[in-house]
Amino acid sequence: MAEASFYNDKVVRQFAVMTVVWGIVGMAVGVLIAAQLYWPALNFDLPWLSFGRLRPLHTNAVIFAFGGCALFATSLHVVQRTCHVRLLSDGLASFVFWGWQLVILSAAISLPLGYTQGKEYAELEWPIDIVIAVVWVAYAVLFFGTIMKRRVKHIYVANWFFGAFIIAVALLHIVNSIAIPVGAMKSYSVYGGAVDAMVQWWYGHNAVGFFLTAGFLGMMYYYIPKQAGRPVYSYRLSVVHFWALIAVYMWAGPHHLHYTALPDWAQSLGMVFSLVLLAPSWGGAINGILTLSGVWHKLRTDPILKFLIVSLSFYMMSTFEGPMMSIKTVNSLSHYTDWTIGHVHSGALGWVAMVSIGSIYMLLPRVLGLKQMYSTPWIDAHFWVHTIGVVFYIASMWIAGVMQGLMWRATNADGTLTYSFVESLNVTYPYYLVRLGGGVLVLAGMVLMAVNVWKTYQLAKSPVPQPVLPPDASQARG
Amino acid sequence: MVSGIVTGVLLVLFLAGWAWAWHPARKKDFDAAARLPLNDDEENRK
Repeated sequence: MAEASFYNDKVVRQFAVMTVVWGIVGMAVGVLIAAQLYWPALNFDLPWLSFGRLRPLHTNAVIFAFGGCALFATSLHVVQRTCHVRLLSDGLASFVFWGWQLVILSAAISLPLGYTQGKEYAELEWPIDIVIAVVWVAYAVLFFGTIMKRRVKHIYVANWFFGAFIIAVALLHIVNSIAIPVGAMKSYSVYGGAVDAMVQWWYGHNAVGFFLTAGFLGMMYYYIPKQAGRPVYSYRLSVVHFWALIAVYMWAGPHHLHYTALPDWAQSLGMVFSLVLLAPSWGGAINGILTLSGVWHKLRTDPILKFLIVSLSFYMMSTFEGPMMSIKTVNSLSHYTDWTIGHVHSGALGWVAMVSIGSIYMLLPRVLGLKQMYSTPWIDAHFWVHTIGVVFYIASMWIAGVMQGLMWRATNADGTLTYSFVESLNVTYPYYLVRLGGGVLVLAGMVLMAVNVWKTYQLAKSPVPQPVLPPDASQARG
Repeated sequence: MVSGIVTGVLLVLFLAGWAWAWHPARKKDFDAAARLPLNDDEENRK
């Protein structure tokens, strides 16, 4: 039983390294398809390199491979440290790691081959969906089993967010993916028409709310206080934040279906809940940022804190923008334009990627028995390259998107359209080059991170297992 | 009618949750809980 007195950091290291690897792969595919929009010849007339097949590969790779591995690494790190106990089972931890890598590889092969369910962010065909469900349930058992054997009374708020993320994603994935198989790699959804659309966007928006938000808020609640060396600004606000956020997010999905066949009342309901979401989103972000009260000077010298705090600035920007875009009249301008792409990347590259990168820079040396990464100046360089890349990306897509929206709705006095589609495409063209430049900068930052991780591993040689610390007497569970 | 009642119930639930979280009796426990990330490695131990 000597094993039980050490933390299981092996699975944390595995997921942390794969976060960087899949980050580079996913973003490289993103850069390729951004380049294809500027130089269409780059699809080489090969079906498996066409935009329509690579775009879902990009989204799946960055959300579920890069973001997913970051979430596994941090949640399994945080749950052990804040519960003062080793993971429930080493075998289960290995199963979750290798199972998830299998899912990612299956996606990387099947999507370019053209196998898809045609549901955005849920493209993977039914056999892969079943593997995802099995791995996810194993992850839930591992996470909640570890919480159940915790040695402290209280379940720290970061674990509540990770827990909500795990339960909600299981529910969303299983309900949205129910399908009737008609072949080894072909199936039809059990839902039809507007109901299918509603189930899909109930899934789609909660993938944003729970996969891309709740789990990353778990990171915020652990790594920001840890790096700042101060407890979170307001713990009671974090409790209200948690319940308000998870209660409201579930209802916001219909804003993806404004002015469609979805009943009008459902669209309005989605809009109202999206507007309400501003409050818990900003409340939580302010809670994270104000954790720096009294130690703001650390932001000047600590690039990891810069990543974590600037991620919250992008989070606040995109959670202001999101509710605004959910207003039906605003949506009539923004929907189907590149504004949506800008909004998504402000959240994905600004919030999700930056909080993940900051957290990985922080946890990796700790689970390798080191004080810090090989090079802190490189982290600072990564921060600036990434931030500038994101700004180029989102600013170009905002301009392009608003312009497209205005051109598409413009009519002449006789009611005919002022512009043809190709005219709007023509004026969008230069912005696709700016967006590509932004993407290249972000990718370059990830490559620098990979070199830093490689060098840090060389410093570490063979990491010493870290002993499980007994909890503080005042917090110990009887 | 029903939507009004549901809205009212949700509003009361929210205020009740807020009151629960802000109750002075919970301050000590919350303060201890907030220190959990800081007390989990050697360097920050008091």
